[in-house]
Amino acid sequence: MYVKMYKGEALKMILTYALASIIVAWILVPLGLIFISAFAVPKEYYNIRKLIPLAFTTENVYTLLFVLKAWKSTLNSLIVAGLTIAISFALGLPTGYSLARFMFKGKDTFKLLIIGLRMFPVIVLAIPFTVIYLKIGLADTLIGVALAHTAMSLPFVVLITSSLFSGIPVDYEEAGMVFGLSRFEAFFRITLPLALPGLAAAAIFVFIMSWNEVFIASVLVLVNRTLPADILVSALNAPDPLKFAAGFIMVLPAMIFVFFARKYLIQVWGITIR
Amino acid sequence: MGVFIGYPILETIRLAFTHPYTGEISLYNFQRLSRDFHFWNALKYTFLLAGIVIPIQVTLALGVSLLLLRRFKGSNMVLYIFLIPLTISDVAAALIWYNILTGNGYLNRILINLGLLKSPLHFFGYQYRSMEILAIVITEVWRATAIVFVIIFAGLQMIGKEYLEAADVFGASTYQKFRYIILPMIKPSLQTALIIRTLFAMQIFGVVWILAGRDIPILAGETYYWQIELKNPNVAAAYSLIIACISIFLGFLYIKLLKPEYLER
Amino acid sequence: MVSVRLENLVKRFGKVTAVDHISLAIKNGEFVVLLGPSGCGKTTTLRLISGLELPDEGRIYFDDSDVTYLPPKERNISMVFQSYAVWPHMTVYDNIAFPMRIKKVPEDEIKRKVKWAAELLRIGELLDRYPHQLSGGQKQRVAVARAIVVEPAVLLMDEPLSNLDALLRMLMRSEIKKLQRRLKVTTIYVTHDQVEAMVMADRVAVMNKGRIMQIGTTEEIYNKPANLFVAGFIGSPRMNFFEASVSDTILDTGYFKMKLPEEMKQVLEGYETVIVGIRPEDIHPVERGIPPGVKPIELEGRVDFIEPLGSDTIIHLKIGEILLLVKVPGSYIVEMGRKLKVALDFNKLHIFDKKTEKAIL
Repeated sequence: MYVKMYKGEALKMILTYALASIIVAWILVPLGLIFISAFAVPKEYYNIRKLIPLAFTTENVYTLLFVLKAWKSTLNSLIVAGLTIAISFALGLPTGYSLARFMFKGKDTFKLLIIGLRMFPVIVLAIPFTVIYLKIGLADTLIGVALAHTAMSLPFVVLITSSLFSGIPVDYEEAGMVFGLSRFEAFFRITLPLALPGLAAAAIFVFIMSWNEVFIASVLVLVNRTLPADILVSALNAPDPLKFAAGFIMVLPAMIFVFFARKYLIQVWGITIR
Repeated sequence: MGVFIGYPILETIRLAFTHPYTGEISLYNFQRLSRDFHFWNALKYTFLLAGIVIPIQVTLALGVSLLLLRRFKGSNMVLYIFLIPLTISDVAAALIWYNILTGNGYLNRILINLGLLKSPLHFFGYQYRSMEILAIVITEVWRATAIVFVIIFAGLQMIGKEYLEAADVFGASTYQKFRYIILPMIKPSLQTALIIRTLFAMQIFGVVWILAGRDIPILAGETYYWQIELKNPNVAAAYSLIIACISIFLGFLYIKLLKPEYLER
Repeated sequence: MVSVRLENLVKRFGKVTAVDHISLAIKNGEFVVLLGPSGCGKTTTLRLISGLELPDEGRIYFDDSDVTYLPPKERNISMVFQSYAVWPHMTVYDNIAFPMRIKKVPEDEIKRKVKWAAELLRIGELLDRYPHQLSGGQKQRVAVARAIVVEPAVLLMDEPLSNLDALLRMLMRSEIKKLQRRLKVTTIYVTHDQVEAMVMADRVAVMNKGRIMQIGTTEEIYNKPANLFVAGFIGSPRMNFFEASVSDTILDTGYFKMKLPEEMKQVLEGYETVIVGIRPEDIHPVERGIPPGVKPIELEGRVDFIEPLGSDTIIHLKIGEILLLVKVPGSYIVEMGRKLKVALDFNKLHIFDKKTEKAIL
């Protein structure tokens, strides 16, 4: 297929493709490498002479998960992420909906507050949480971490849901109400299904945020650690191949989700920027 | 929502200003902070890292945005791939680059096997602190450039096509187009990107902690240390307050300095 | 100031052929208008000439140089965009100065020329303003000033007046035409508004579905349309059309017959069904008197509807199932429902083969 280009543009095109390839390699190669290391036989890994340890083994992952009991922290991370999604959506969805549909006093200030909150350093929240949790007995619990993560993700969820719902014309719901549905039912049966793709993308975002979050998780729990916190504390002293296995596990769910949701990623991210 | 966020903020303030032993309101925590040389180092390194990483990221993000603006075959794929690091936690990113840069890592493997090096390059360890900084910079650039990129790219897309076509028609070279048309028109996006990135940079934690431990103290790291190891939430709170205040101050600074001269209609 | 020649240009977007083998020769200093409905390919053609798009086939020549694959900046052209594309972050002065600054023209020369262009377009006092402080019409004049300031080889305009209100449009039409006369720059202008085209053009290229239907002066297009499309597109109110079968020199519509002069026999030979066209102003009510020079063909019908427009009145005349619009002066009064005898001017009759052709004037 003949590619159309301006006179003298050939060089530019070649340069463009070259740069593009470099960028792609820059991102993908490190990811590929950790995959290799995670599944490399330790003896081969430690032998520098071998450029790429090609012997494949799952013993690293196995050791990490079962001997070091990392499966527990992985599970914890999943639970926390799930809880975070549940709570932040339970709270954020109605808020977002009200922002989109209703007029109330101080709406604009509220909006501004939320946007400001997004940029707020979360670290400030972490420390007092520990003190508070000690008092109310939530210290070192998964729920505690989930709540903290919710605090982080709530502004985000509110922003996204309100933007999502604004995009769905009120007329649809009103038509439903004219034909006999209550406002509640109209929401569930009409608006919600329409918003589902966007909400799914938002949920994925929240999941990734919670799954990756390390500071708060490390500070809030000692025994029931999430995976990143676990790595931070213990994996540092573990032999390298195990470290990489851990890295691989951390990266995996994110990559899977992103692959499926890539179209929504940019849309959703774009919304939060505004 | 006020409960979740407002109350803890107040708690932080209260903790920070409370003396850990006597329980009375005082500046004791801050005094302890300032007497600890780790604090000043943390301040220095946090700013140092930010100062190195952010310009690199902005330049890189601008470059990639402009490249992708050209819409060549496969540019969408490149876009998605470039965004992958957004989903990777700082801890994972640190491990990924540790994998590459460590003694047995792939960089050394290549260099040694090619005969270019006799013994491995050391990136980690207290004696190699400047190398550690290099490692951190590389990791951060790899991981977080996409954050800046997304904002700048979105801003770039919002420039009406005709403005750029007019520049083409009237003879502007690529460089001239960039300097006189594109750059001024993405100022607001640049501003947003800088603010967000700097704010995050003040809180840098996982990458440094994993790659360098406490060799390179940083503000967030010290917060963690005081809280978990020294079991002193008050000083930890003081640290987090300082981080917050610096962030707010810098945000303000950016807004003041980068106001665009014209207002979008 | 160059001549422009298009040879067999083709541009496709996916399955759609926007420009379908267009060939056109434009003389140095000529004002040519590309006229047509939306989607006809006129803007795409303009963009091919500008270099903002590259053709799939065909060539473009400025004088004798092949510019087909040159990027816009090397073609020495200027363009006025439909949306003006006046850069919002620069003052009016900087906007107009931009093309010259790119070419590294010395500042005092720039100042002189910007002033000259601004005066021509009467925006001299606006030089310090920013675009968001200007009205649409003012922005448009900035765009034109910017386009003429480098004295381009070819000036391209893409529907520059379509976003202005009617009065402003009228004023700007004459301004632009006068400007072009002064500067003598080869100009290619795109519009869907036939009044604009007729008023401003030296020649009009009527386009439809990616092809040029006819190219000629305003007079030629109006009085000698080469095909059905051009005849129907130009003229307001639209030309009347009705089908008729041919036998010898008689045209039979099914509701009435028309006998044409004997000379027509050869011309009509070979055609079975034709479409007859006659403009509303070329149908005359008999009782008003038939103007001299008209070769009448008489018909009778019933007045179905009347559109009083003030200076003119449009009578809807029905003959059987055929509707003819007749344009008469507003002073002539008719009542709805009565019978009316009219005379078609044979000199102004157009006959088209059912497949876009023209047989006679």
